[in-house]
Amino acid sequence: MGEWGRGDGVTGKLDLDPVLVARARELARRAGQPVVDLARSHTTVSVERAVLRLAGVSGADPDGIPWVNRLVDAVVADVGLGHGVAVPVFDALAREQIADVTLLAQKAAAGSVRFQVPSGRAATAARRAARRAVGAGVRLIDRRRAERDRLVRRYGDPAQRPWIYLIVATGDIYEDIPQAQAAARAGADVIAVIRSTGQSLLDYVPEGATREGFAGTYATQENFRLMRAALDESSKELGRYVRLTNYASGLCMPEMATLAGLERLDMMLNDSMYGILFRDINPIRTFVDQRFSRQVHARAGIIINTGEDNYLTTADAVDEAHTVTVSQLLNEYFAHEAGLADWQLGLGHAFEINPDVPESLRLELAHALLARELFPDAPLKWMPPTKHMTGDVFRGNLLDGFFNLVGAMTGQGILLVGMMTEAVVTPWLSDRDIALQNVRYVLGAAGGLHEDFVPAPGGFIQQRANRVLGEAVELLERIGDQSLLTAIAEGTFGIMKRPADRGKGLAGVARHEGDYYNPATEILEGDRA
Amino acid sequence: MTAAAEKKIVRPYGDTTGDGMVQVSFTLPVPHDKRAEGAAVQLANRMGIDPAMLVHARQMGDGFTFFVVYGRVNHLVDLAAVQVVERDFPLLSAKEVNTVVKQRLRRKLSVVGACIGTDAHTVGIDAILNVKGIAGEKGLEYYRELKVTNLGAQVSVPELVEAARREKADAVLVSQVVTQRDAHLHNTREMSAAFREAMPAGKRPLLIVGGPRFDETMTGELGVDRIFGRGTTPGEVASYLVHALITDKKARA
Repeated sequence: MGEWGRGDGVTGKLDLDPVLVARARELARRAGQPVVDLARSHTTVSVERAVLRLAGVSGADPDGIPWVNRLVDAVVADVGLGHGVAVPVFDALAREQIADVTLLAQKAAAGSVRFQVPSGRAATAARRAARRAVGAGVRLIDRRRAERDRLVRRYGDPAQRPWIYLIVATGDIYEDIPQAQAAARAGADVIAVIRSTGQSLLDYVPEGATREGFAGTYATQENFRLMRAALDESSKELGRYVRLTNYASGLCMPEMATLAGLERLDMMLNDSMYGILFRDINPIRTFVDQRFSRQVHARAGIIINTGEDNYLTTADAVDEAHTVTVSQLLNEYFAHEAGLADWQLGLGHAFEINPDVPESLRLELAHALLARELFPDAPLKWMPPTKHMTGDVFRGNLLDGFFNLVGAMTGQGILLVGMMTEAVVTPWLSDRDIALQNVRYVLGAAGGLHEDFVPAPGGFIQQRANRVLGEAVELLERIGDQSLLTAIAEGTFGIMKRPADRGKGLAGVARHEGDYYNPATEILEGDRA
Repeated sequence: MTAAAEKKIVRPYGDTTGDGMVQVSFTLPVPHDKRAEGAAVQLANRMGIDPAMLVHARQMGDGFTFFVVYGRVNHLVDLAAVQVVERDFPLLSAKEVNTVVKQRLRRKLSVVGACIGTDAHTVGIDAILNVKGIAGEKGLEYYRELKVTNLGAQVSVPELVEAARREKADAVLVSQVVTQRDAHLHNTREMSAAFREAMPAGKRPLLIVGGPRFDETMTGELGVDRIFGRGTTPGEVASYLVHALITDKKARA
C-alpha cells in the first residue's frame, strides 16, 4: 500500500505554494500541540477499560454491564482514576492470590475486594505483572495484523482504485452477514457495519451477538468476530481480501479500537473532533480517548477514516470548504503524533456542494484535488452526496455518477458508494445494485482519467484550490492565537460551541497523578519505530 | 356529467391525457428466467397495470431479479374523496425557523431538554437535540436561533426546573423511553406539576414530552402542552416551537 497519489501523476497539478503548504502543517502542529499535552497528562475510564481488555478482562455481568466497567468503577471508588487502574488491579490480584483478572472483576463487583495504591516493592511487582498481561494482549493484536498481511498476500488487494466501500445496517448481525457477503460478491472491497443509533453515547461496549439495533447494528466484540469470519470466507471465494470497517468513536473509542485490533478489523472511523462537535462529548475526554485509540490503530495496522464530510452536511460546502482542509491537517497531525503512517490516514471529504450552484462540479474537482495534493500518500475517503439528495432518485443517481467521476479524476483512495435512495430508505438490494452499476460504469469508462486530467494553469480549478488553502491557513492562524480548545469552545468548527468543562463523559476524565501508570501506552509508545 | 365534476377524476399522465401510464420498479426473490418475467407481469397486472410492458429485468446475486415495468393503470382517483390529515402547524425549514425567531422574537429561543427520572435512554432527546439529528435531519442545536441546553439522562425534576429558570427556557423538552409501571406517565405528571408550582402560568415554559409509547392525545391529562410520539423529527419539533411560542400563541394549551 502507500503511494496513493504518487506514480499516478496526480501531484503537482494545482501549483500549490510549497511554502504555504509547509506553513499550514506548522500551524496545525502548533494548534494541536497543547491538545496532545493535555492528552498525555490525562486518562479516562474508557482508556483504563481498554487497558483491562488488553490484560484479558472479558465478558459482562448478568445485567450486560461489562466486567471492565465494573472493575474500573470499583477501583475508582477506592483510589480514584488518576493513578491508572493497572497497578491497583494487579496489586489486588497478588494480594488476593487470584490468577484471572475477570474473576477479580467479579469479586470486586460483589464488593469483596479492596483496592489500594501500593508503594515500594509491591508497586514494582504490580507494574511488572500488569505490563506482562497487557503485553500479551498487544501481542494478540500483532498476530492479527500479521494474519491480515498474510491474507492480503494470499488473496490480494482490489484490482482498482478507489476501493469500493459499502454500508450494511440491518440491526441484526445475522442479517448483516449475508448482506455483506452479497455486497462483496457484487463488488464491494470494504464493508462498513453502521452502528445502532445512540451507541456512541453508551459508556460501555455491549456484549455478545446482537439482533436488535436502531438503524444499525451494535458494535460488539462478538459481532466483529462473526463478520470478520464471514468476510474471510468471502475473500477466499472472491480471490481478493475484503476489508471490514466499524466505528472507534463516541464514549468508548479506546475500547472499540482495542476490540477492532483483537478481531482484525481493517478500518475504523476515528475522527479527532466529531464526537465533540456532533455528539457533545467533552473535548478533553475526546482528545484523550482519541490519542489512545490512534496508538492502538497504528499498532494494529488499521486504516482510520476521519469525518470531515460531516462539516459539510451542517455548513455550506463552498463557504466552509477550508474547514475541511483545516480538520484534515489537524487529523493528520494528531494521527502522526499517535504513530499512524500516511497509508493509514483515510482523511475524509465529501461531494456536498449544492448542485444548483454554478460550476459546482468544477468546485468539487478543485476541493477533491486539493485534498489529494496536500496528502499524496494518504488513501483519502471520498464521501457521496447526502445533503442535496432530495428523494428524487433519478436526479440522485446522476449526482452519484458525477460524484464517482470526481473520485476517479482526482485519484481518491476509498469511495463510499452513494445511494440514490439516500434520505429515503435504508438501501434496498436493488438500490445497492444500481449504485454499484453506477460506480462500475464510471470507473470502467473513466478510471484512468486522472492521468489526463490536468487543470489549466491559472484556471478556475487552480485558483479555487489555492483560495481554499489560503482560507485554511487564515483559519489556522486564528486558532493558533487562541488554542484549539478555545476555538472549539467558541464555535469555530461547524456552528457548535463546545467548552472544555462541559459535555458528556467529563466525569470519566482524570488528570494523571505523579505515579500514573499505563502499561499499554508504555508498550505502544516504547515500541514505536 | 359537468366539466367541473369531470375534473375531479384523475388518472396518471404519460404523454396523453387519460392514458393512465405509470412506471414501477421492484425486486422479486427469484433468479432471472422466463418464469420470473411472467411473475413480474402478473404482479403488475394485479397492481392494476394492464397492459404491462416489462422493459428491464436484471438478476442480482443468486436469487433476486430487479424489474422495471411501464404500463397503463386502470385505477381512477376521485380528488373529492381524497382525505388528508392536516398538521395543525406548518412545517418550516431550519432557515425559516431561524428567520421567524430572529425577526419576531428578536432573541434566541431557549430550549432545555432532559431525560427525567431513572430513564437513561437519551436516544430520543439526543436525536431531537444533537446536531447529528435523525433520519438526515439536523437536531435543534443546528438551528442558529435556538439556544439548546441538553441536560442528558437521569435528571431530577427539581434540577430540570432550576435549569429551566437559569436558562430562561421558552420550552422544556422531556424524553421518556422507559415505560415500566407507567413510569413515563408518572414522571411527566410530576414534572408538569412542579413547573406549575414553581412558576406562574404566564411565565411557565412550554412543556413538551416525547417518547415511543405516549398517546399524543393525553396532553390535558399529563399537564403538558404537546406530546410527540414515535418517528418525530427535529424539524417537526422546531416548527411546533415557532408555532406555539411565536406565530400562534393561542395554540398553547
